[in-house]
Amino acid sequence: MFPFAFEWVNDPVHFVFMGSVYTVLILLVIILHYCGIRGFLDWLCKKEDHNDH
Amino acid sequence: MRFFAKFSELDSALIPKGVKRCSFQCFLVWIGILHIPLMVGVVATLMCWGLALNVTYLNNNFPFGLWIAADLGVIALGAGAFFTGFLRYIVKIDELKNIVNFAVVVGVICYAAAQGILGVDIGQPLRGWFIFWHANVHSMLTEVAFCITCYFMVLCIEYFPLILENRRIYKFGFPHGVAHHLHETMPTIAAIGVFLSFFHQGSLGGVPGVLYGRPFAFREGFLVWPWTFFLFILSAIACGPCFTILITWITEKFARKRLVKRNVIDILAKISGRMLALYLILKTIDTLYWVKVAGDVGSPFRSFYANQPYGYWVLVMELGILGVIPAIILLSTKARQNENLLILACLLNCAGIFMNRWIMTVQTLAVPVMSFDKFISYHPNWVEYASTLLWLWLGAIFISLTYRYLPIFPQEKELNPY
Repeated sequence: MFPFAFEWVNDPVHFVFMGSVYTVLILLVIILHYCGIRGFLDWLCKKEDHNDH
Repeated sequence: MRFFAKFSELDSALIPKGVKRCSFQCFLVWIGILHIPLMVGVVATLMCWGLALNVTYLNNNFPFGLWIAADLGVIALGAGAFFTGFLRYIVKIDELKNIVNFAVVVGVICYAAAQGILGVDIGQPLRGWFIFWHANVHSMLTEVAFCITCYFMVLCIEYFPLILENRRIYKFGFPHGVAHHLHETMPTIAAIGVFLSFFHQGSLGGVPGVLYGRPFAFREGFLVWPWTFFLFILSAIACGPCFTILITWITEKFARKRLVKRNVIDILAKISGRMLALYLILKTIDTLYWVKVAGDVGSPFRSFYANQPYGYWVLVMELGILGVIPAIILLSTKARQNENLLILACLLNCAGIFMNRWIMTVQTLAVPVMSFDKFISYHPNWVEYASTLLWLWLGAIFISLTYRYLPIFPQEKELNPY
């Protein structure tokens, strides 16, 4: 449920509850992307190193 | 025959280096055997979805039956994953790195089972998404649904690097790098897991605790949380590690070799024992206080245990035999070092958690509330048993596959040189 959904109510319970859920989901997405991008960059750098030799 | 030989070759290539596994034929027979009871469970599940819930013994008196009790039970048993992760990555008990992977595997199975059982229990799984979109933010069950779903994602992320570490996948640069960075971020992931687990374990306890129309389960509490909220968290972290030890022991028996060093098991057992002792003290205080308060408002203690099969033996069994005995064994260093006693303690502890969850759901509904109410008992039928046990067989298949192809026990090579 998003703040623009028809059932949304602007009260602290909605903000805390849904806010916690979205914080967790966003954190997980960031972590996965961070690991994916770092892994890709590592692989790219190693490949370049390999080509240099 | 050539086709089979090709598969056998592929199987050998996927097995981690330096460890021994049974032959491919043996493995196929084992997986085939597990599929027999699994199919019974699949039939039972399809019956529930196709013919509706009237094929079960659930009724208006018992909308919560075996499925919910089993759900609460497996979620408590799966707490080994978050608690071991917490001890390993946040408290920094380094020895636990040798069992944390397996705790995650057990956690994945438990939480998949919880969601799978709920998928049958709600009757119309196609409407399962309603709880997320039309969320009642005042309901503890909504909190449970959100936290369990998010925590299952966390467990899958924790399991993912294990897949990437498979011998054939790990040699590629990209999966290697991703697995490495996922390991680096594991403390953050473990912290998110602790946050989610704390709330859903607690809220599962909060559900019976807020039933003010049912004096057997209702409790006062702290702010919006009844005492059962905290007792459920404590009982889950007391039994979760024991379940991990128990499944490790079963895996060792099937594999016919040691997979984890005894000192690692001992650390988990000791912590579990302390948690169980603390839980039993608080649970006893809670029970005594509840006996007094409920008696004062006209619900005498004897009325809760007046009808069989829920006599006084339930209380003795839950707190005494399945509580005090394992706590004594787990707290004693000498008893812990005896493997048979340790496994007995783990077994009793895990059985105790299931009994507690059964009492808090089914017995709560069974105890008559009004003076004109009659006691009605509930016994699950084969459909409920089969669709619940389905997850046991699926879990066994999942562990078999994971153990065969992924490096989940870092000490295996050292303990079994060949």
